[in-house]
Amino acid sequence: MRPRNVWQAMSAPGFLLSAWPWRAVAYLLTGAFAGAVTLVGLVVVVTVGGALSVVVVGLPLLVLTALAGLPVARLERLRLRLADRAPAPGLPRRQPTAYGPWPWLTTRLREPASWRDLGHALLLATVLWPLDALVVTAALALPLATLATPLLMATVGDGEEAKVLKQWTVTTWPTAFGAAVLGLLLLVLGAYALGLAAGARAALTRVLLGAPRDATLDARVVELTRSRVRLVDAFEAERRRIERDLHDGAQQRLVALTMTLGLARLDAPPGPLADQLAKAHGEAGRALEELRELIHGIHPKVLADHGLAAAVEDAADRSAVPVDVRLELPGRLPRAVEAAAYFVVCEALANVAKHSGADRAKVTGGHRDGRLRLQIRDNGRGGAEDRARVGAAEPGAEPGADVDAEARAGSGLTGLADRVSVLDGRISLSSPPGGPTLLRVEIPCEWTTEPFA
Amino acid sequence: MRVDDRTLRVVLAEDSVLLRDGLTSLLARFGHEVVASVGDAEALVAAVAEHAPDVVVTDVRMPPGFQDEGLRAAVGLRERRPGLPVLVLSQYVQRSYAAELLDSGDGTGVGYLLKDRVGQVEEFVEALAEVADGGTVVDPEVVRQLLRRRRDPLARLSPREREVLALVAEGRSNGAVARQLVVSEAAVGKHIGSILAKLDLPPADDTHRRVLAVLAFLRA
Repeated sequence: MRPRNVWQAMSAPGFLLSAWPWRAVAYLLTGAFAGAVTLVGLVVVVTVGGALSVVVVGLPLLVLTALAGLPVARLERLRLRLADRAPAPGLPRRQPTAYGPWPWLTTRLREPASWRDLGHALLLATVLWPLDALVVTAALALPLATLATPLLMATVGDGEEAKVLKQWTVTTWPTAFGAAVLGLLLLVLGAYALGLAAGARAALTRVLLGAPRDATLDARVVELTRSRVRLVDAFEAERRRIERDLHDGAQQRLVALTMTLGLARLDAPPGPLADQLAKAHGEAGRALEELRELIHGIHPKVLADHGLAAAVEDAADRSAVPVDVRLELPGRLPRAVEAAAYFVVCEALANVAKHSGADRAKVTGGHRDGRLRLQIRDNGRGGAEDRARVGAAEPGAEPGADVDAEARAGSGLTGLADRVSVLDGRISLSSPPGGPTLLRVEIPCEWTTEPFA
Repeated sequence: MRVDDRTLRVVLAEDSVLLRDGLTSLLARFGHEVVASVGDAEALVAAVAEHAPDVVVTDVRMPPGFQDEGLRAAVGLRERRPGLPVLVLSQYVQRSYAAELLDSGDGTGVGYLLKDRVGQVEEFVEALAEVADGGTVVDPEVVRQLLRRRRDPLARLSPREREVLALVAEGRSNGAVARQLVVSEAAVGKHIGSILAKLDLPPADDTHRRVLAVLAFLRA
């Protein structure tokens, strides 16, 4: 596994020969530089702003200084990638309520993240960058200087003498090379020290800039996610059980009933009794038909027996709008994935028939790179985004303006989007007014049976 | 009331005792003999080997897996005994099942019906006799679903021709089709000739070509 940060890399063999020591050096060096520049910048701006505040124009400058943390934090996040590949999400930021510089400014000045960023910038400008510089000097410059002893002796010292670290004097070649070996050892030590320091510095930046992590909250999210998966599984199992029970029970009895009624009709003499029998026979037949449709809607057998591609073909057969199906699914996928994808296709086709006014629809897709991808498109009038705000399920988004319309037309898809998201999948809908409408489903999954060619 | 004079020897595979008994008495009512009635696919294969029946009637879903064991057994039986007439009963419409079944053998002597149809007792027994005589019977519901698709090569057919083909796919004779559509039998013959030509079916024995037309219809 590739190490994600410098500390992980240090515990792995081959650290010295990897890019990580260089990354650590780069991280600390750029840190020292960025900190120094920040310090200069802050001092200049505050001085100029303070001086000009006498003539009022300085005040806006000072206000802007309060937001100096923003670009610095941005830069620090970028730099952080040198020492730590994992993303460092910050505190959530508010969206300005309107466009323009003034709403942006007031929003930024009011939110805590800006002040945290400023605090971080001040810390960087005063304490952190000298430390960065110190560590690089101690762990890199000193070993290098020691390592260079023979070189110094050969050049500056005319082969006679050399000063190691300007402290003690070396006069013979063996001692000079001894010093070089010592320098090499120090360099190895220095590489680890640099790694240690860069890792610590990255961790500190992450704490200062990142959102606080609440361990109990994390545990709760994990538990909720798991229970959601369990619920969907239970829901799926329940549907299958109901389908089986209806099939083995009520459906068989109704078939037997229509058969008995059919036989009775053969023997009944023409008259009111035969008419009543014929009526009962017809009713029983219709009940059977309705039950068959009901069972199919609960959990289609073709999905369980033949998989997603066959089930989608079947759904296309039933659609009022002609549907072309082109799916490349040579094997079987996990049951939950097949069921979720199937019901998304059914809902999409139902919406095509009900709302789109399309006279043609197409279902395409397949499985590649560990993901099932399906697209359902039609040539209708579009505008489905207004009817079904699938995106409203995103955290933090404003609730849909027309909740009633959403409940009417979009609840089917919203429910399915929830179901797909349990499987770590996504649904996206593109439906500009005038069409066409395109619905995409993406679910990460692996084959459960080996696909055959 | 006998639809067919012949007494058919039937092997019946159906896991529900209720339906097994019902079907047995229904067939007996029409003078056919159920020589063996079994409850799972394995017993079906054994019973066919033992009794060499005129026709097999089997449910799709049977123990142990309650998936498509009956269908698998039917396809397997037809591979081992080409021309063995098999009527498959299914509780739901499934085009791929129908196609799979019709692909077994040369597509003659097979039927695929919704289980509901056994309630229409006379039609059911008629269909059974048709299958036993080497006919091809496909449930009208399957045919109806297929008609909605309207894809090539069927797009070339006129609406009337599609109507005729749908009825042929249900296993009806030219005379029956003519009565249903209230046209002359000669007109039906002309339509069928035109359908076969449009589907590029080779000139051969007419029954065989009819089956091929139905297959083209199902695969579309």
